[in-house]
Amino acid sequence: MTCSDFLKELTDYLDGVMDAQTRAELEDHLQWCHNCYVVCNTTKMTIEIYRDSHLYELPDDLRIKLRSAILSKCKGHASDGSPSPAPGHAPTE
Amino acid sequence: MGTIQPNVAEPAREELSLVHAAKAGDIGAFEELVKRYDRNVFRIAQHITQNREDAEDVVQDAFLKAYQNLGNFQEQSKFYTWLVRIAVNEALMRLRRRRPERMVSLDEDVKTEEDSMPREVADWAPNPEQLYNRGELREILGKTIQGLPPSFRTVFVLRDVEGLSTEETADALDLSIPAVKSRLLRARLQLRERLSKYFKNRTGGDGKP
Repeated sequence: MTCSDFLKELTDYLDGVMDAQTRAELEDHLQWCHNCYVVCNTTKMTIEIYRDSHLYELPDDLRIKLRSAILSKCKGHASDGSPSPAPGHAPTE
Repeated sequence: MGTIQPNVAEPAREELSLVHAAKAGDIGAFEELVKRYDRNVFRIAQHITQNREDAEDVVQDAFLKAYQNLGNFQEQSKFYTWLVRIAVNEALMRLRRRRPERMVSLDEDVKTEEDSMPREVADWAPNPEQLYNRGELREILGKTIQGLPPSFRTVFVLRDVEGLSTEETADALDLSIPAVKSRLLRARLQLRERLSKYFKNRTGGDGKP
């Protein structure tokens, strides 16, 4: 396995979605390739630091203000009838 | 080395009963859905738009649009995934308005593999939390993610911050699974590369750039 092969598999490796044989090959590569070990470790830290950072938290006062605005608009819409498909812009699944 | 596992979603059955009640006109049930997901929608919107006012507008418009279109929600996906799809579209629309000179699209895939090749291979030690205080760290993280193309940071925030699965992210963004995986890998590697400037081991230095 080359470093380039390792990199291609890095996302599946970190997400834990790969077969046992590929995982074993990647872990064997990590045993002797210091650069890939560092890239793997610091990529994992990157994900964790963003996940734990609470970047862009919604402050409580703003949260209450937004909720009140949303519900007031929804009630305005509901007074014309209960929720129904709006014409023109219908999100699909 | 351990793996990264996504966050666990709210129980689907309870959520579906709230959706049914809201569809039947129970505004209290819809309020519960707002309370459950407003923080997530705000976080996603702010990551994409990088603008506080726009993020506030996205929260309001996404929930209103969801309410107005509840009748179109066929329940083939989770309510949250459907809501995220609406929110991402609203956020991208606002980003386009602010940057009319730049094409903003989820299909944006202009960078080559070269851009994600690791150049910085110094380990991070001590931990970033030991090097910087909370405020400094947030500033670094905000500045760093701002530099990513919108299509990359959208996939990153859905997968790695909000914990959606690859399939849910593909569904919410209308992208193929290989496209989500490719953008996610490149987003992760580009963020890692940029953060390394701040966090890499500097033996003998004061630890800060």
